[in-house]
Amino acid sequence: MKARVHVMLKNGVLDPQGEAVRHALGAMGFDKVEGVRQGKVIDLDLADGATEADVVEMCEKLLANTVIERYEIELV
Amino acid sequence: MRAAVVVFPGSNCDRDLAVAFERAGFQVDMVWHKDASLPNGVDIVGVPGGFSYGDYLRCGAIAAQSPICKAVVDHTERGGYAVGICNGFQILTETGILPGALLRNAGLKYICRTVGLKVETSDSAFTEGYNAGDVIGIPIAHHDGNYFADDETLSALRDQDRIAFTYTENPNGSCSDIAGILSANRRVLGMMPHPERAADEGHGGTDGAALFRALAGVLTPA
Repeated sequence: MKARVHVMLKNGVLDPQGEAVRHALGAMGFDKVEGVRQGKVIDLDLADGATEADVVEMCEKLLANTVIERYEIELV
Repeated sequence: MRAAVVVFPGSNCDRDLAVAFERAGFQVDMVWHKDASLPNGVDIVGVPGGFSYGDYLRCGAIAAQSPICKAVVDHTERGGYAVGICNGFQILTETGILPGALLRNAGLKYICRTVGLKVETSDSAFTEGYNAGDVIGIPIAHHDGNYFADDETLSALRDQDRIAFTYTENPNGSCSDIAGILSANRRVLGMMPHPERAADEGHGGTDGAALFRALAGVLTPA
């Protein structure tokens, strides 16, 4: 099984990198970009028997810092 | 009076911190990140600055899961003293010993210079060598020092007098200008600025030395 974890800063947490990307896009002439949020995608190759609950625990304990980030798990 | 300084792959302020402790009269043990326990009789643990594990995933995230950090968590849960400086502060927030998190600097730049810090409270073993309201010059050197906590946490820090230091001119976007905070029992300090880099005449400033002297005063066996 493979799992894909998306980690994004929570709404309301300033994302200065996303802001910098937004400014750069604006400077390039892409004037219809109103906001950019940058996150991470983490792909996990899982052995047989791994469960979604395991991935949730991985997210809670390491892959995301839930003080500032939220995560979504996609099983593929 | 014994201090332990934790060394991770990528730590680079560990020896400076050890020297600052030694100058204040501590016997210092350096402790490797793979060690599962602290030396017996350690009074305070120092978690130094640097780039533990290359700052991979998030600053301090992987260090926080190392064997020694479990021992540091146990030490603080028993009421032991600890100080985390710069990457050490990031690690202490990642372990959950201290609340909040350190985000990328609002200006996106790595900042390395001496800044003004206001001492917000003298009510701790770390800050009792200062007077509340004192402004001291301490260097910062970080890319991810933008302290973030939700409003509830910030209120609690304020109400419980747990903000140790604030920046006189906020360099990195930190909530409420916060540069350093205390744990609820006031025995753990996390701060982004480097007092160990302002603890000797050769550093160009000695405003940080009082922090280590005060700790030595509190932790000296009676």
